[in-house]
Amino acid sequence: MNIQTDAPVLALDGIIKTFPGVRALDQVNLSLYAGEVTSLVGENGAGKSTVVKILTGIYQPDGGSILLDGKPVVFATSQDAARGGVTAIHQETVLFDELSVAENIFIGHAPRGMFGLIDHAEMRRKAGEILGGIGAAIDPGVKLKDLGIASRHLVAIARALSVEARVVIMDEPTAALSQKEIEELYALVATLKEQGKAILFISHKFDEIFRISDRYTVFRDGQFVGAGRIDEISEGELVQMMVGRAVDQIFPKRAAVIGEEVLKVVGYSHPTEFEDISFTLRRGEILGFYGLVGAGRSELMQSLIGITRPAKGVSRIEGKITVIRSPADAIDAGIVYVPEDRGRQGAIIDMPIFQNVTLPSLSRTSRRGFIRLAEEFALAREYTERLDLRAASLDTPVGSLSGGNQQKVVIAKWLATKPRVIILDEPTKGIDIGSKAAVHDFMSELASQGLSVIMVSSEIPEILGMSDRVIVMREGRIAAELEGADMTPETLVRHAAGIGVSGAAA
Amino acid sequence: MSLTDTVQGRHIPDQLRSTLDRRLKSWESLLLLVAIGIFVVNSFASPYFLNAWNLSDATFNFTEKAMIAFAMALLIISGEIDLSVASIIALVSTAMGLVMEAGLGTPVIVLTGLLTGLVCGAFNGLLVTRLGLPSIVVTIGTMSLFRGISYIILGDGAFRGYPADFAWFGQGYVFWVISVELVIFAILAVIYGVILHKTNFGRMVYAVGNNPTGALFSGIRVERVKLTLFLLTGLMSGLAAVCLTSRLGSTRPSIATGMELEVVTMVVLGGVNILGGSGSIPGVVIAAFVMGLVTFGLGLLNVPGIVMSIFIGLLLIGVIALPRLWAMSRKGR
Amino acid sequence: MSALKSRDTLLFGAILLLLALISTRFPGFAAPSNLASVLTDTSPLIVLALGQMVVILTRCIDLSVAANLALTGMVCAMLNVAMPDLPMPVVILVALVCGACLGAVNGLLVWKLDIPPIVVTLGTMTIFRGIIFLLSDGQWINAHEMSPAFTGLPRTVILGLPILGWIALLMVAVMAVVMSRTPLGRAFYAVGGNPRAAVYTGLDVGRTQFLAFVISGTLAGLTGYLWIARYAVAYVDIAGGFELDVVAACVIGGISIAGGVGTVVGTLLGALFLGVVKNALPVVDISPFWQLAISGAAIIIAVTLNARAGRAKGRVILKSAEVTR
Repeated sequence: MNIQTDAPVLALDGIIKTFPGVRALDQVNLSLYAGEVTSLVGENGAGKSTVVKILTGIYQPDGGSILLDGKPVVFATSQDAARGGVTAIHQETVLFDELSVAENIFIGHAPRGMFGLIDHAEMRRKAGEILGGIGAAIDPGVKLKDLGIASRHLVAIARALSVEARVVIMDEPTAALSQKEIEELYALVATLKEQGKAILFISHKFDEIFRISDRYTVFRDGQFVGAGRIDEISEGELVQMMVGRAVDQIFPKRAAVIGEEVLKVVGYSHPTEFEDISFTLRRGEILGFYGLVGAGRSELMQSLIGITRPAKGVSRIEGKITVIRSPADAIDAGIVYVPEDRGRQGAIIDMPIFQNVTLPSLSRTSRRGFIRLAEEFALAREYTERLDLRAASLDTPVGSLSGGNQQKVVIAKWLATKPRVIILDEPTKGIDIGSKAAVHDFMSELASQGLSVIMVSSEIPEILGMSDRVIVMREGRIAAELEGADMTPETLVRHAAGIGVSGAAA
Repeated sequence: MSLTDTVQGRHIPDQLRSTLDRRLKSWESLLLLVAIGIFVVNSFASPYFLNAWNLSDATFNFTEKAMIAFAMALLIISGEIDLSVASIIALVSTAMGLVMEAGLGTPVIVLTGLLTGLVCGAFNGLLVTRLGLPSIVVTIGTMSLFRGISYIILGDGAFRGYPADFAWFGQGYVFWVISVELVIFAILAVIYGVILHKTNFGRMVYAVGNNPTGALFSGIRVERVKLTLFLLTGLMSGLAAVCLTSRLGSTRPSIATGMELEVVTMVVLGGVNILGGSGSIPGVVIAAFVMGLVTFGLGLLNVPGIVMSIFIGLLLIGVIALPRLWAMSRKGR
Repeated sequence: MSALKSRDTLLFGAILLLLALISTRFPGFAAPSNLASVLTDTSPLIVLALGQMVVILTRCIDLSVAANLALTGMVCAMLNVAMPDLPMPVVILVALVCGACLGAVNGLLVWKLDIPPIVVTLGTMTIFRGIIFLLSDGQWINAHEMSPAFTGLPRTVILGLPILGWIALLMVAVMAVVMSRTPLGRAFYAVGGNPRAAVYTGLDVGRTQFLAFVISGTLAGLTGYLWIARYAVAYVDIAGGFELDVVAACVIGGISIAGGVGTVVGTLLGALFLGVVKNALPVVDISPFWQLAISGAAIIIAVTLNARAGRAKGRVILKSAEVTR
């Protein structure tokens, strides 16, 4: 029996959250109703994860209010949120390998027995009950590290259900599950609905959104786009709301002369990360790689520059078979990679701008291994000024710059090596509009000058606006290669999510 | 960040603050002031302090440790540590003793010493870089192992009777009161200063220590850099063992016990971040003088060695704790 | 199935094998009375290793345990000289409190000032030793200055085992309960295993590390009294370098220096392994000077094996790579 009431259990009203350089949430609204599933739909970077963190007390909003039963509340810590009856199954599993399943479920609120000691038997029994309730056949006594990914996810779900909850948030709960487990999860969602819990469901899979939700809410670029009942909207309309873009965004894509083959990858496979990847890249071309987060795009790119090594496959550069064992080899071969994780992989943020720029080019700015500062500054200046970097001086640490300017330093660093192929992994993620435009503009200019560009991106407008050709990846494989008129938002989303492409993997 | 956002136009200056301004406000200048302060206090505290020969003797308090500290500074900047250096000295000294007992001359003895040091460094370095083991555990292990081998060979015995010309390293003087060790120290200070501050290799050491992942992605062969630094640390420990053995004229397995602590303290006092990424050779040089002067001054005042170690321990914790306490009290206001 | 379980079994097997090998040539070695004396000899190592285990679990290290032991021991000895009639429970209480305070100093520096544990404990290691010198003026306190009750307690034999051995067993039992049955014990594993996730579940990482240092200090303090009383002598350099044996016992026992992994049983076995080796050397006529090198080699072999077992696997993206399929 569905308990239907008009007043939402939990509501967000005009929530604002800003991070340095970006407004992650701009006056968003969200209402969750008892006994109903509300799906939160949006592209990567639309602000879904930020909403989850605000609802669970990990982030504090900068504006707007959270209403519980219509009354404003403040969730200062994760415990506050739990006491308010909000529990979440987080996207990143926050579990402990060395503890048992039962302990993972009950850490922080374990049942106590004699002398206040943890009652393991009771804890295991209760954990077994909860696990049984969600149809998970997992022994509560085993250590978490002995479980596979899918079972771990069920433990995370059990942990969320171990507290008395009125609102259950599920952040992409089916991403790692097999079809059978997904069915069990749907059954669980139905049970929770019957119990009158309000459920916030976040997913990229349209089939399941339509199958289990009662309502939908769409975010785009941190803004509220729309909400309604799921039976009043079609799949196409929902995709349109999700990817639709304001007209003022123009991509400075120039027509480039696409030349001969520069890079050819044949049959790249890795034991766990990707399989049977083949593609070619031509001079002056921008090749887009689209896919959902976790589709294996970054992993593939990192194997191209020798961070990991493929088990099978060859790469040819200008026709010659090239074996790349390390990033140093890749630089020699003329392939460079601008990683997604700027702070950890891209820049060395405590070192000055000029030292970051010259790091892979030290052999050119030095003589017999001795540093020559004047040449370093000259090289750094040449490339940072071409990218219109805004910085007080070239010896300020990269960490003191805004995200966009940090990205310009990383790109300058790689261009200074005079590469043949540049791989950009989410090049505009988390940077301001102005820097975004500068990066796009420069990318286009590079291609027109004959550089080959691979751009990994999860932003559909960026992929469509900048790429000559798009490869869509799903679950570690190439799902589609699209060109010309086939490159539409709908085809990208369908191939990435596997809609209408019947069970390719199974 | 406000600075960077207000700057308009495309030209970016190389540097904003002058090099002089930067130098004046550095940890090294502060340390230099401390060193001068201790010097002045010492010269008032004891009439024997301001004597060229006494001061020359005082340098032996730090020259051998500083030789290791230069290499250790680079190693710590790169994010690793070697706690086995004092044990390497014991093993090197024992190896030299064996060679000496076999009747071989000073050149072979010294060469054996340096090679043994290098081998020890390679052992540590390969375990850390090839097997990916944490350097702190590896070198705690080799700290026991290296000295343990010395004990196996020597037991409670000792090697004595090094050739007369071997004494030159630890007891010789180049000119007036300038000892051989002091000259070696000065030459190494320059060499390491140049390596760290003026070469590509030095730049890579900083990059590796600041962010090993970022350095790897930037095409730096991180493991090769680290292995080189372990080799250098081993080699310097070998050199220090040559000097120390020469100075003492004998080898016991307990030689240089606890010296690793003083070396690490010297490096940290010199402004090297124990977590890696920053530090300078001039800082370590001044720290060497500070520690030498403190030890010497307290010695003149008849303070026993074990009490001096309290100062060393307090110094080690204090130099890290005080800036943090200072920052906390300012934030509290 | 579980790697840890099989590790403990392996180590236990190694100890049994060692005992068997020695007793083929020296049958007396495996006699119950001799085993009891091996256990008694190893007791200080066991107790200290238990404390070190907790610290290492939280991703820290405590190199000051031997110095803490020596300082607390000296305090107890001087107390005994000054007040020979003080009842023994009071002396033991003083040892526990003194050790806990010294541990708390380490813990506070790590927690409140965020100084790397290795720097803190290297520093306090020398400071503690220096303080002993200041307290004792470099003098030894010998057996004849201590009261019979003071020196006699650890050696009193109950059911064939001296109290020293019983205390070690008691501590093993207490720590086993603390580690498995209290929220704090589980917090040590959680904080060391996944500090980020620990924050999500509302655990305070720094505070947990502080408590680990307090436990390590308390156990070191207790051992301080026991050590001084058993050997009936107190001086500055007592138990010098013993911290390395303690770390060795933990590493051999399977405690991962990266934190979050390790058990009380493993620690006990690690300490016993070293203890058996140490006691066997003179029996099989190998110079005791081998012991240092053996500890060192054991640390390196153990940490290499640990690293092999815990090698990180790649990210699983391909459906076909999932085990459940």
